[in-house]
Amino acid sequence: MITKQKKKVVRVDFTPMVDMMMLLITFFMLCTSLIKPKTMEISMPSNKDDLNEEQQNKVKASEAITLLFDKDNKIYYYEGIPEINTLKETSYDDNGLRQFLLKRNINAIQKVKKLREKYEASLTGDAFQEKQAKSKFDKEVEKIRGEKGVPNVIIKGVDEGTYENLIRCLDEMQICDIGKYVIVPIDDFDKDMIAYYKEHGNAAPAE
Amino acid sequence: MGRFNIKKHDTFIDMTPMSDVMVLLLTFFMLTSTFVKKEPVKVNTPGSVSEIKIPDRNILTILVEQNGKIYMTMDRKGDLMSTLESISERYGLTFSRQEIHEFGELSAFSVPIEQLSALLQLPADRREGYMSSEANKGIPCDSTDNQFKDWVQCAKEVNPSLKIAIKADAQTPYKVIKNIMNSLQDIKENRYNLFTSLRKVEPVD
Repeated sequence: MITKQKKKVVRVDFTPMVDMMMLLITFFMLCTSLIKPKTMEISMPSNKDDLNEEQQNKVKASEAITLLFDKDNKIYYYEGIPEINTLKETSYDDNGLRQFLLKRNINAIQKVKKLREKYEASLTGDAFQEKQAKSKFDKEVEKIRGEKGVPNVIIKGVDEGTYENLIRCLDEMQICDIGKYVIVPIDDFDKDMIAYYKEHGNAAPAE
Repeated sequence: MGRFNIKKHDTFIDMTPMSDVMVLLLTFFMLTSTFVKKEPVKVNTPGSVSEIKIPDRNILTILVEQNGKIYMTMDRKGDLMSTLESISERYGLTFSRQEIHEFGELSAFSVPIEQLSALLQLPADRREGYMSSEANKGIPCDSTDNQFKDWVQCAKEVNPSLKIAIKADAQTPYKVIKNIMNSLQDIKENRYNLFTSLRKVEPVD
C-alpha cells in the first residue's frame, strides 16, 4: 500500500532579508570610496651631501633646459646659460612645452616606446611572470631616462605660482621620459628675465 | 443557493533571486572599497599621469589647504601619541595622559604647539572649527619658526618606516610647497610621495 504523503509548500518570505541587504548596501556605498588616490614619487637632492652638490653642478651645465613657471599659469623656458633676452614663453597644453621636450628627447622616447611595445607583447596573463616583466621593464625605462643625451631639466618657480604648476612640470618629465631633473629655488636673474620678457620680449638689450 | 466561488490569487513574490543579487552587490562593495577617512579640509589634488598607488599603512600625511595652512596626520594612533610625547620633550612642554590620549583621537591637527593643549581641552566637536578659524595659523613652517620640521623629525624617530606623503590643493601657492620641501630636505627626507588624482594623457609618439 502506498501512503500518500501530503506535500508541504516550504516558502520562505525573503522580503525582510532584501530590506536588510538594501540598508547594508546603502551604508557601504555612502561610507566608502572605491578610488584609491594616486601618488607621484619624488626624490629631491639632499641639501648637505657633498656628492649631491656635485650632481647639482652637473645639472647646471650648459646643456640644461630651465623651466620657469610664473603666476597666472604662465611658463617660460630657456636652454643653456641664459642671457637676459633668451627666455621663451610656452604653455602647459600638448602643443607647448610637450612638443619642445619631445623634440629634445626624441631618442629616449623612441627607445621607451619600443620597449613598451615589446613589454606589452610579452604579457602572458600569468600574474607572477607579469610582475617580473613589469619590474624589469621599469628598471630599463629608468636606465633609458638617465642615459647620456637625455636633457637635464631644472625646474624653478616663482612664489606666486601654484602647486598644480609644479605637478604639471613634473608630469611632463614623466611623459617625455626625462630622468634627470631638479627643483631649485628661483634666483634674481630669473626674475629679471621674466620682467624683461614681459616688457621687451626677445629684443636685444639696449647698450 | 449558488455562491460565486472567487478564486483567491496568491500574490506572493519570490524574493530569492533579488536577495541573491543583493548579496553579490554587498560582497562586491565590501571587498573593493576602503572606508573614507575623515579629513578636516577639502583638498582638490592636481591631476597627474602617475599611477603609483599610495602605500596602505605607515603614512604621515601632510595636508595643505589652499590658503597654505598645514595639517598633519598619521594613520596609526600609537604613533601620534608617541610623537607628541617626543616633541613635547623637545619643546619642554608637558601634556597629561588624558591630553595625549585625546591627541591620538584627532583626525588631523593644525595648530602651533603652544596652542595644542588649548585645542585638546576643547570638546571634540569644536576642535575642527578652532583649527579652521582665521585666527589659527596652522603648523608654522618658515625660516623663523619651523615646528613642522620638528614634527616630521619626531614622527620619523618614533616610526622609522613612516612614509611621507604631501596632499596639497592644486591652487596652493608654490611658496608654501617650497617651504615644506626645503624643510624636508633639511632633515634629509629626500623621498616622499605627492598625492595626485589620475589624469589621462595619450602616450606620445
